[in-house]
Amino acid sequence: MRDEDRPLTRNIRPGEPPLDRAGYEEAGGYRALKAVIGRRDPGELLDIVKDSGLRGRGGAGFPTGMKWGFIPMGPDAPKQKYLIVNADEMEPGTFKDRFLLEGDPHQMVEAAIVAAWIIQASDVYIFVRDAYRRATDLLRAALAEAREAGYLGRNILGSGYELEVHLHTSAGRYICGEETALINALEGKRAVPRQKPPFPQSSGLWGRPSVVNNVETLYNIPHIVLRGAEWYRGLGKGADGGTKLFGASGRVKRKGPWELPMGTPLRELLEAHAGGMHDGHGFRGLLPGGASTGFLVDEHLDLPMDFDPIQNAGSRLGTGALIVLDDRTSLMGMLRNLEHFFARESCGWCTPCRDGLPWVERILAAFAAGRGTAEELDILEMHTRFCGMGKTFCAHAPGAIMPLETALKYFRDDFERGLTRAA
Amino acid sequence: MLTAEERDVITGLLGHYTDPRAAVVEALKVVQEHRRWVPDEALPEVGALLGLSAHDVDAVATFYNLIFRQPVGRHVILVCDSVSCWMLGYEDIATALKRRLGIGFGETTPDDRFTLLPICCLGACDKAPAMLIDFELYGDLTPERLDAALGHYA
Ligand SMILES: Cc1cc2nc3c(=O)[nH]c(=O)nc-3n(C[C@H](O)[C@H](O)[C@H](O)COP(=O)(O)O)c2cc1C
Ligand code: SF4
Ligand code: FES
Repeated sequence: MRDEDRPLTRNIRPGEPPLDRAGYEEAGGYRALKAVIGRRDPGELLDIVKDSGLRGRGGAGFPTGMKWGFIPMGPDAPKQKYLIVNADEMEPGTFKDRFLLEGDPHQMVEAAIVAAWIIQASDVYIFVRDAYRRATDLLRAALAEAREAGYLGRNILGSGYELEVHLHTSAGRYICGEETALINALEGKRAVPRQKPPFPQSSGLWGRPSVVNNVETLYNIPHIVLRGAEWYRGLGKGADGGTKLFGASGRVKRKGPWELPMGTPLRELLEAHAGGMHDGHGFRGLLPGGASTGFLVDEHLDLPMDFDPIQNAGSRLGTGALIVLDDRTSLMGMLRNLEHFFARESCGWCTPCRDGLPWVERILAAFAAGRGTAEELDILEMHTRFCGMGKTFCAHAPGAIMPLETALKYFRDDFERGLTRAA
Repeated sequence: MLTAEERDVITGLLGHYTDPRAAVVEALKVVQEHRRWVPDEALPEVGALLGLSAHDVDAVATFYNLIFRQPVGRHVILVCDSVSCWMLGYEDIATALKRRLGIGFGETTPDDRFTLLPICCLGACDKAPAMLIDFELYGDLTPERLDAALGHYA
């Protein structure tokens, strides 16, 4: 793809250190910042983001412009408003935010400042997982360079706009990626999710209006404000605009990540970009967007990787990280591994998740060993209902149960084979 | 029990926060940097510096995977046990590590050199199977390559 068709990654040269400020500016960086801070009306910029059709890349696909539209604006709005960057990336199978942060940290800084201007935030908090030490160091250096250049702090480029950017490094826990848990974590509380409503946009960090966005979502912003909504929509192949980072893991020949148009067919990802399966391995199914998404199988391979078609097929686009199951890996072992992860990472707040997931894991272990019972099969079905959307405090449990629920649908034979054989 | 230096560093953090409570993870990391782990006796003292009860500090300290509440060795090995690594040989890596070190998960070698812990996805699934030693990433692991990695740590 041509550089201008891959705005998110065009500066990234894997294996080489990322561009410093001078290099980034030479490549056209900080142009959006200079064009908008103090010069363009936030409301007008918000309309561009809304028109672009950008949907959140953290997994849920919520329209970004609409989310920002709930932030109180104008002279009567609270002075303290927060933009929170979610760089907790811990969804198994996913390595896109790491790639972006390590590959082009200045783009993160510019994106955060431009986004903050649009919602007129007073502070940005970048929440980075502890394991991303290299990304943290690079961000710290980029922030220092940006400050030196007058791009953040008091009176940015003489505009009168003041913005502080804070870097928070976490200490490792998947649930911190859930936006309200993340807010509790930033406040120094135990990072359990909060009740919604109120939504963070009205009452978030320290009760102030706050927006939580994924790293990749924000990387789009400078390009959208510079080049417009129409250009952005045109990058996508189908209903959703823009490009997206996709990746693959499992027994495929190549892993990525690749920046490709939204709406790229699943088959093209799997066969052209991932290069198909390793020799001697056949394709059985895949999770299209990380561990918390449902299985798709052969019949789905011609679907476009857009939010709605994947959702309508009973899964979720999620993070766009394909986890590919081959015909020589045990499905039951894979499910057990997934539910072990979700059980361990449950925050423990509500019963279907805290008690249900370890139960599911134990049953799957029995099936993996060929010692399952018909009654346990019913119990698995029961948990798919107990952990369904709306039954728990946050979306952890519904995500956790999706691979199991869809495996019960597409791979029934594996469960039958896991039953104890009557002598 | 906190040393003067630990107190100074923690107090120094507070200037960066409007609410001292928000510094709690960072403060726990200060303690951990100085003594590798966070003993129970540190909790009330960290709390006193931040205006929190020992219980509040403990509620945070016990929540995170990477705040260690038991002594660890000089080097901590974190092996990814999530799905993409599992599919590409996590179990062989874990077995080889346990055999090489003579310990299981959650344990420390008698010479205090290594502690072995499982961890969830490191965002390095393109290099699966993967692990961190003292936060340095090792990917595309094979049992044969483990020795070279371990050899860097005395
Ligand atoms: C259990 C759980 C973990 C999550 N982890 C992350 C994460 O690591 N990174 C992320 O961006 N979003 C994560 N999310 C989604 C966030 O709650 C939130 O929707 C997202 O950060 C919003 O950003 P976006 O609108 O830009 O996608 C997680 C959600 C749940 C339920
Ligand atoms: S669904 Fe799980 S992770 Fe979410 S609040 Fe309930 S117990 Fe916590
Ligand atoms: S699953 Fe091991 S690094 Fe992602």
